[in-house]
Amino acid sequence: MVIEALSRLGRVGIDALGSLGRAHLLLSRMVAGSSEVVRRPPLLVAQVYNLGVLSVLIVVVSGLFVGMVLGLQGYYVLSQFGAEESLGVMVAASLVRELGPVVTALLVAGRAGSALTAEIGLMKATEQLSALEMMAVDPVRRILVPRLWGGIVAMPLLAGMFSAVGVMGGYFVGVGLLGVDDGAFWSQMQAKLDFDEDLVNGVIKSLGFGIVVTWIALFQGYDSAPTSEGVSRATTRAVVHSALAVLGLDFVLTALMFGN
Amino acid sequence: MNKQHSIEVVVGAFMAAGLVALFFLAMRVSNLSAAGDGTGYVLTARFANVGSLKARAPVTMAGVRVGRVEDVKFDKSTYEAVVTMRIDRSVDSIPDDTFANIFTAGLLGEQYVGLEAGGSEDYLKDGDEVQHTQSALVLEQMIGQFLFSKAEEGGK
Repeated sequence: MVIEALSRLGRVGIDALGSLGRAHLLLSRMVAGSSEVVRRPPLLVAQVYNLGVLSVLIVVVSGLFVGMVLGLQGYYVLSQFGAEESLGVMVAASLVRELGPVVTALLVAGRAGSALTAEIGLMKATEQLSALEMMAVDPVRRILVPRLWGGIVAMPLLAGMFSAVGVMGGYFVGVGLLGVDDGAFWSQMQAKLDFDEDLVNGVIKSLGFGIVVTWIALFQGYDSAPTSEGVSRATTRAVVHSALAVLGLDFVLTALMFGN
Repeated sequence: MNKQHSIEVVVGAFMAAGLVALFFLAMRVSNLSAAGDGTGYVLTARFANVGSLKARAPVTMAGVRVGRVEDVKFDKSTYEAVVTMRIDRSVDSIPDDTFANIFTAGLLGEQYVGLEAGGSEDYLKDGDEVQHTQSALVLEQMIGQFLFSKAEEGGK
């Protein structure tokens, strides 16, 4: 009885470690095969289209609403201290530092990451990957590498759009509706936000999230059981794992960048 | 071919839009356009107490920003704080008997360095030290002094 419970626990641990190891092996194979992007740029362009362009709508609309909510909530708190002029700082800092990269990564994980997993998983289930291998085409290089780089290219651009649109949403609510001074909104923002400290760190964050989200999605698809049930499970796991990984990595990066 | 081409156009537009967004953030939201980008000249000043003055705090003259604080260090031999300021190159006529104060923007605001021009004909150059300084007002000290003087009055 006890032995059985122990062995079940052990199996869970071994499975988790095994899939972690396979994920890193896959990542190292993808990194090693990255020259494929340079040799066949159209593959990368197609993936930037799939992951980036098709995510623009959801990212921009969410960014607008997040910015407007930040404007409303921030105004409510700041007006209690008579510091409404700092609304621009608050909206822009929270978007550029945190919400832009993180929410964009979560949206991309949900919209594009799950699609990636399903695509790769189905390719595996219908033996398209094996067929490629039989033709001496490395599926990691041909299929996975352009998708990974597509995610890495698209994520910072999407996060930038999210933050920019969010700032404009906050401007619309703060200045347009609530009557914060136009000049103070922008000048305080520019005085308090730093290019290196805030903007560059935000872009570094979203690059990290781009790698993590596409990597997890690709690995879950590549590692899925080749059945319809396996693909559906892998898709769920891809979204859950990338969301958790993004939030965890965000804490680590924030502690490293802003912790001192 | 045609489809591939149209995808390329859309991806190009996407990347351009993303770069424009980042450019907008850099120029409009952060202080890149206003940053001194390492040009200008350096002045130092010694203060008995800088309060909570930090690097990147503004340096103003007559309320107009003319530079930024680059560094705040502690001098262990004189027990003073040494503040390094980078002043915009266009402001090259700061008299050498200028007074440097540490002010607070508003009651709870950030601290900044305020320069008050003196009357001298000689101007400060790169690397010079502002001789006349006044420390930051520390609220707790002021309250302490106020209470102390009140107590003294009461004792008489």
